[in-house]
Amino acid sequence: MMISPELFQQLIFYVFATFTVGSAMAVISVKNTIYSALFLVLCFFNTAVLWLLIEAEFLAITLVLVYVGAVMVLFLFVVMMLDVKQAKASQLKQSYTKAAILIAAAMLVELMMLFGYKLSGQIPTNELIRQEQGYSNVQEVGMELFTHYVYPFEIAAVVLLVAIVAAIMLTLRKRDGNKQMDAAKQININPAERVRIVSMKAEKGHGQDRGEES
Amino acid sequence: MIEMLEFLILDNLVYILAIVLGVILTVAYLTYFERKVIAFMHVRMGPNRVGPRGLLQPFADVLKLLTKEIIFPKNANKFLFLIAPIITLATAFAAWAVVPFDDGWVLADINAGLVYVLAMTSLGVYGVIIAGWASNSKYALLGALRSAAQIVSYEIAMGFALVGVLVAAGTLNLSDIVRAQEGGIVNWYIWPLLPLFFIYYISGVAETNRAPFDVAEGESEIVAGFHVEYSGAAFALFFLGEYANMIIISALTAIMFLGGWYSPFTGDSWIAQPNIIWFLAKTSIFLYAYFWLRASLPRYRYDQIMRLGWKVFIPITIVWIMVVAVMKVYNVGPWWN
Repeated sequence: MMISPELFQQLIFYVFATFTVGSAMAVISVKNTIYSALFLVLCFFNTAVLWLLIEAEFLAITLVLVYVGAVMVLFLFVVMMLDVKQAKASQLKQSYTKAAILIAAAMLVELMMLFGYKLSGQIPTNELIRQEQGYSNVQEVGMELFTHYVYPFEIAAVVLLVAIVAAIMLTLRKRDGNKQMDAAKQININPAERVRIVSMKAEKGHGQDRGEES
Repeated sequence: MIEMLEFLILDNLVYILAIVLGVILTVAYLTYFERKVIAFMHVRMGPNRVGPRGLLQPFADVLKLLTKEIIFPKNANKFLFLIAPIITLATAFAAWAVVPFDDGWVLADINAGLVYVLAMTSLGVYGVIIAGWASNSKYALLGALRSAAQIVSYEIAMGFALVGVLVAAGTLNLSDIVRAQEGGIVNWYIWPLLPLFFIYYISGVAETNRAPFDVAEGESEIVAGFHVEYSGAAFALFFLGEYANMIIISALTAIMFLGGWYSPFTGDSWIAQPNIIWFLAKTSIFLYAYFWLRASLPRYRYDQIMRLGWKVFIPITIVWIMVVAVMKVYNVGPWWN
């Protein structure tokens, strides 16, 4: 087999890019919502592989860890619990469809403009800047985040924290007569207050009598 | 260049095969070891019929499982039903790619090794969820939901414990983390990171759904949890995945907190030499601890599991990360001087 490393890399790129696009299309076209969510997982995975190809290994693994490992799990949870009925063909012709097509068309035009701008030679597109072996992009990402972008980073963190607290506050409901257990009380329980240990003599002969009766 | 590429691929295939076969064999004898350990704790004999001292018992079990019929429940989703055990197994094996067995003995020496392991172990939950849903059974779905909630919760504490290791070592590369702990038992990270060490291991037990955190397969309530409908080879795959995950959690604990392949002793004698045997011995200690816990502790109540994860472990890890950072900044010895 005569495959040069460059060709090999391109081959990998095209295989995974096809999978990415294919699974993304499947997300919106399959009828079963569970399959939809699982195809989205596949899409994230293939995107991670594409990121690995441009040597962004930390971002690729973080994508898998955060989106596939946490976000999509909760998504699947919700989809399984909701018992969504399978979509019918008639539903596709409803009012949302027109708006959706409009938004999709706008995004397509934007993407094409972006590609046109890039390909017109503003940015060198033919060669990726390769780093030496042993170059740690974990360190690089960390340095950038905590020096150049420290304020946006910290503000984003606080916004997320507020979102978490708000979400919990909105969904937290106290019912009357809720028999919630108090962990501190349970731990601090004293066995002597609850159990009385009695010492009594063994009752001889009783068991034997019953044995003879039966 | 061309030969190099082919050579690399071929070489890696051999390594992968060696690791996978090694893990499978270890799993086989781990089940034997588990039954023997628990038997002795119960004052019984354990398996002793197949082969000398029952040593061939694992092979008998495997043969039995492989020759059994795989039954598909009525209205089960066949494709997802079959793919679920494969996902469990694949993610359990994939994590082994970055584990360093000895200095330089690692399949993929990548810089983001620690995050990779965390990502791969967190993917195992898909096998559980998909199995629970595809089985079309109440018990399986309940087990899957319990297991998923538990894994997602404990992953956070586990991730924070790993952040502590990351702060201590200053790198995500597992080999470099081990190298940072060179020089005898006092240099291991178990001492400065003691709370994180316990939290990591206990979260690992919870992540692998083992006793006392095995509500996902609580026999008394939901029969066998997410794999209640699985039989034969499909069940064997789940079993293999669970045990492979146990081994990897033990191996990672040994790597991150007990100095991997380094000897606890210092000096020039033969016993102080770094060796793969040290790594295997440390891993075995944690594997034994799994069975020890299983034989001695009752199952946790579900709300207690959640409380332990969210209200005890996560706050402790956050505080201890600060403590580690301060210790590192002030170069507290013997770890950071």
